[in-house]
Amino acid sequence: MISVNFLAIFYLISGVLFILALRGLSSPETSRRGNVFGIIGMALAIVVTILSVDNFSSGLIYLIIFLAIGGSIGAFIAFKIPMTAMPELVAGFHSLVGLAAVFVAISAFLNPQVFNLGFPGEIKIASLIEMSLGVSIGAITFTGSIIAFLKLRGIMSGSPITFTGQHYLNLFFGLSLIGLIFYLCITQGNIWFWTIIIISLLVGVLLIIPIGGADMPVVISMLNSYSGWAAAGIGFTLENTALIITGALVGSSGAILSYIMCKGMNRSFFNVILGGWGASETDSSSRSLKEQKPVKNGNADDAAFLMKNASSVIIVPGYGMAVAQAQHALREMVDALKKNGVKVSYAIHPVAGRMPGHMNVLLAEANVPYDEVFELEEINNDFSNCDVAYVIGANDVTNPVAKSDPQSPIYGMPVLDVEKSKSVLFVKRSLSPGYAGIDNDLFYRDNTLMLFADAKKMTEEIVKSL
Amino acid sequence: MEIDPFIFRLSIFILSIFIGYYVVWSVTPSLHTPLMSVTNAISSVIIVGAIIASLSGGSSNKFDTSNIFGYLAIILAAINIFGGFLVTHRMLAMYKKKTKDKK
Repeated sequence: MISVNFLAIFYLISGVLFILALRGLSSPETSRRGNVFGIIGMALAIVVTILSVDNFSSGLIYLIIFLAIGGSIGAFIAFKIPMTAMPELVAGFHSLVGLAAVFVAISAFLNPQVFNLGFPGEIKIASLIEMSLGVSIGAITFTGSIIAFLKLRGIMSGSPITFTGQHYLNLFFGLSLIGLIFYLCITQGNIWFWTIIIISLLVGVLLIIPIGGADMPVVISMLNSYSGWAAAGIGFTLENTALIITGALVGSSGAILSYIMCKGMNRSFFNVILGGWGASETDSSSRSLKEQKPVKNGNADDAAFLMKNASSVIIVPGYGMAVAQAQHALREMVDALKKNGVKVSYAIHPVAGRMPGHMNVLLAEANVPYDEVFELEEINNDFSNCDVAYVIGANDVTNPVAKSDPQSPIYGMPVLDVEKSKSVLFVKRSLSPGYAGIDNDLFYRDNTLMLFADAKKMTEEIVKSL
Repeated sequence: MEIDPFIFRLSIFILSIFIGYYVVWSVTPSLHTPLMSVTNAISSVIIVGAIIASLSGGSSNKFDTSNIFGYLAIILAAINIFGGFLVTHRMLAMYKKKTKDKK
């Protein structure tokens, strides 16, 4: 049996290892070592916790069984999941963290003496507050992530679901949660505890349904943050340093990612949370669609000819590339170009894809070296010196309207200056506007050649004609 | 007069938020997806609460309600721990320098 003080020191070591795990991600070379630190930290936390429990032998066998069940499910998923499905996977995992937090809190509420919190009906007030905050955030994370998962998976429509009085309803539930926590502290009644859980589950659903598919990167990051705060809440209840440190790390990590995603779309966090693009931009898009503007239409041979004779090409991938599974074909195309002495780099917009960094993972999967992949700020000045920009599956993030038209809903959003390159190849199925529902000015520029086809098919054809 | 231990935990919490803030800003944007999967895995350290809940039931019965919730939480957290670290590992393995493994 380990003494309480030793236990606390081991938890502190776990916490430090988790910090090192995140620190490792500052560069791809150190990232794998970081992940190992994370695993060691987790193993350490689990082992010392088991050793700290008096009399653990009788329950240990069950514990190992359940650990093995969960572990093999997790390992199976981790090996099977295609990289394009990472956003759903992460959303799904968040929901599990949320639910686990709820279960631990329920267990602590039903059997508080195990955690030194007092006795049923006489739980310390501070613990009750921490516990109910943890359980509430956990429950919100759980249902919120499930909705996010369903939307990302396409089981549920990505369009925002709104109804009148939605914000007031949320406000009402928010206030009633505070009231319920207050009552719980006074009366210690089970009924209040369960009501908190049920209302929080509802709030989770209500918070995420009004948010549209295009805002999913923000939602996932936000839920990431929530799962951290839930863990921290439980950490305070259980007086566990490892949980408090981890919760704070994860919470701030998710918050920073949400901020980066919002900035990538030039939208405020509240704007995203309150749901959907406003009503005004549907008018502007239908207006500009009515003007029939001429478009230059090309085929794979034209594209191959242009790129072969270029000295530098910048590839702009977007979510459409992921949907079409075109990343491997794209890599072949780039290899062929490189043989011809063309300098190729990739430009990635912060909100390309459905979660932060999604495009980078997909390109890495297709064996694209990470030092050829650049972020918006790093590469945006290079477009003016580049011969061909190959836009594949991206749309809104290249729209010059964001710089020129203050009326546009995406005005002010940082975009890739694709139009500055000598010619633009735009692979797209049709002229339809992107997620934000805005017509892209780029289609009608003189230096743009539209390649109407499936991203993968077109890229493969280009490879053939190279 | 002694300081309430809560204040110490609060200090750890606040300082960890700051550590998280600076550490996460230094994460390269190309690794943001692995960042999310690894934070997901480490937040499952909540499993320690589940272990205490399931192992230290006062009664001889190992399956009263609070234990069962503990076991359920262990399964959920274990899915996350294994799934999260392994999928992170899988992703990071793809970020290797490509010069070595040119065939």
